[in-house]
Amino acid sequence: MRKFLLVAAASLALATAASAQTVKVSVTAIVEHPALDAVRDGVRDGLEEAGYRQGENLEFAYESAQGNPATAAQIAREFVGDAPDVIVPISTPSAQAVAAATRDIPVVFSAVTDPLAAGLVESIEAPGGNVTGVSDLTPIAEHVALIRELVPSVESIGFVYNPGEANSVALLEHFRNAAEEEGLSVVEAAANKSADVQAAARSLVGKADAMYVPTDNTVVSALEALVAVAEENDLPLISGDTDSVERGTLASIGFDYYALGKQTAEVVVRVLKGEEPGAIPVTFAAGTDLVVNRNAAEAMGVTLPDEMVQRASKVIE
Amino acid sequence: MSAIAFWGAVELGLIYGFVALGVYLAFRVLDFPDLTVDGSFPLGAAVAAVAITAGWDPWLACVLAAIGGALCGLVTAFLNVRFGILNLLASILTMIALFSVNLRIMGRPNMAVLNRETVITPFYDLGLADHLVRPAVLAVLVLATVLLLARFLGSDFGLATRAAGANPRMARANGVDVGRQIYFGMGLSNALTGLGGALFAQIAGFADVTSGVGTIVVGLAAVIVGETLFRSRAMLVALLSVVVGSVVYRVAVQLALSADFLFLKASDLNLVTAVLVTLALILPKLRARRRAVQ
Repeated sequence: MRKFLLVAAASLALATAASAQTVKVSVTAIVEHPALDAVRDGVRDGLEEAGYRQGENLEFAYESAQGNPATAAQIAREFVGDAPDVIVPISTPSAQAVAAATRDIPVVFSAVTDPLAAGLVESIEAPGGNVTGVSDLTPIAEHVALIRELVPSVESIGFVYNPGEANSVALLEHFRNAAEEEGLSVVEAAANKSADVQAAARSLVGKADAMYVPTDNTVVSALEALVAVAEENDLPLISGDTDSVERGTLASIGFDYYALGKQTAEVVVRVLKGEEPGAIPVTFAAGTDLVVNRNAAEAMGVTLPDEMVQRASKVIE
Repeated sequence: MSAIAFWGAVELGLIYGFVALGVYLAFRVLDFPDLTVDGSFPLGAAVAAVAITAGWDPWLACVLAAIGGALCGLVTAFLNVRFGILNLLASILTMIALFSVNLRIMGRPNMAVLNRETVITPFYDLGLADHLVRPAVLAVLVLATVLLLARFLGSDFGLATRAAGANPRMARANGVDVGRQIYFGMGLSNALTGLGGALFAQIAGFADVTSGVGTIVVGLAAVIVGETLFRSRAMLVALLSVVVGSVVYRVAVQLALSADFLFLKASDLNLVTAVLVTLALILPKLRARRRAVQ
């Protein structure tokens, strides 16, 4: 009871401190879409947890551009004219439109995969200017760590992808950097179409100690072929998305967009408390959901550490 | 609506004024229902983005974008004139092909032009507020274009273009090469649209393959709103009214975005646009019928 009172008193104090003035946060997304809507809800709920309540001390505006970049540009100008405390654009085109429309209102973007290529920030560590935010790049470093945890003797990892997919090429680059930091080497296996996936996987047998499949549309569509090769040759297969674990890969770490929204809200709160956006490094989506597949582990000759099974948010039997 | 939002709407309206002029040329002058603009607008944006990120002069980027747009129009005209493919269908074919072409040009679906030297940046130092500089520069560009177009459409060659659209059989009888006029008009129309796309990329900060969606409807809305506001047969006034129509359309959209005007949300825009254009199309017919009854 006493603890409860303490918490209540603390949150009251926090709420009154925050309600000293009303802050305005304007959110826009390029289109209404389950993932992007989840980010928006995450931002709103994250702000509420920090003591910014809609209708009390928070004005929360939201507009969707309905898939139209010209409307996105117009919403950006509308928001700049309103001069809120922070603008939160969700998705790359919305973020670019907002960044182009203002050079002084703080901007905290969310769900932008590559903020550097999008021209939003000068560097990840020190964005500079009035823009910072959260990227929704797959948590690749955490995937490399996961592989190491599952296959402690790993030295080289096979990367199965379609070189025709720009996203996968970018992911390969990130994966290679993350693996090199761990002292691991990467072996590429290219499949230009789903019919080539099996052959690409076979080419890794004997050359790699584990296989990784990124969020590559071509390879993921032929995932079963990959799983078959992995099981036949005791080659542990880890995927970049958690949905694939149900289809037979060993494990993955994913994030959900609602959590990404909350992560974005943390940055928004820092800006509201007076930090310069340009001095806050861009953060990446934190892996929140670990999913493991017990059957796949058995078929690929891997023993799942008990600790990992307990940590997992979902275990597929 | 804040001043920044208002001038932002004017600015976009002026950019789409180029599209509206192109659509006016195709639809009204040539009587050619042309959907190519949905592809030539993002093509202009893509070409400008690639040129500017390669470090080329932004004005040169605009010229290249206009040339690219013109080529798109020529393809549609070629399909129509040379092979007799129905004009609407020819333009749809070009439009869908351009989606792939635009992806090729940029090598990815989205390209940033943020923080680059654009046609506007040199004017930021003149002392005007940023949100006024952009519409001011664009207004000068649009006005110059309108004057040149009016001049052209009043010339012998321009009169032949108008004749080819108004009554191709009569024009042919008077020695006008109708096919050549269609090539020229379609090229010019899409060059203007490509130029609009190039300016959009520079002002919005990015080129995106999806930015062409609905360009034709926005252009048509501008033409029709303009024609409803000013009824004039004088070419210069007609061209100006099209640009004004484009600005009025954008301000109306901004109004729908600001405040919960008439319970409208941004997501209702497409419906509102369709209703507006339909109304503007039906009203003259209803008026004519009433006149006939009397």
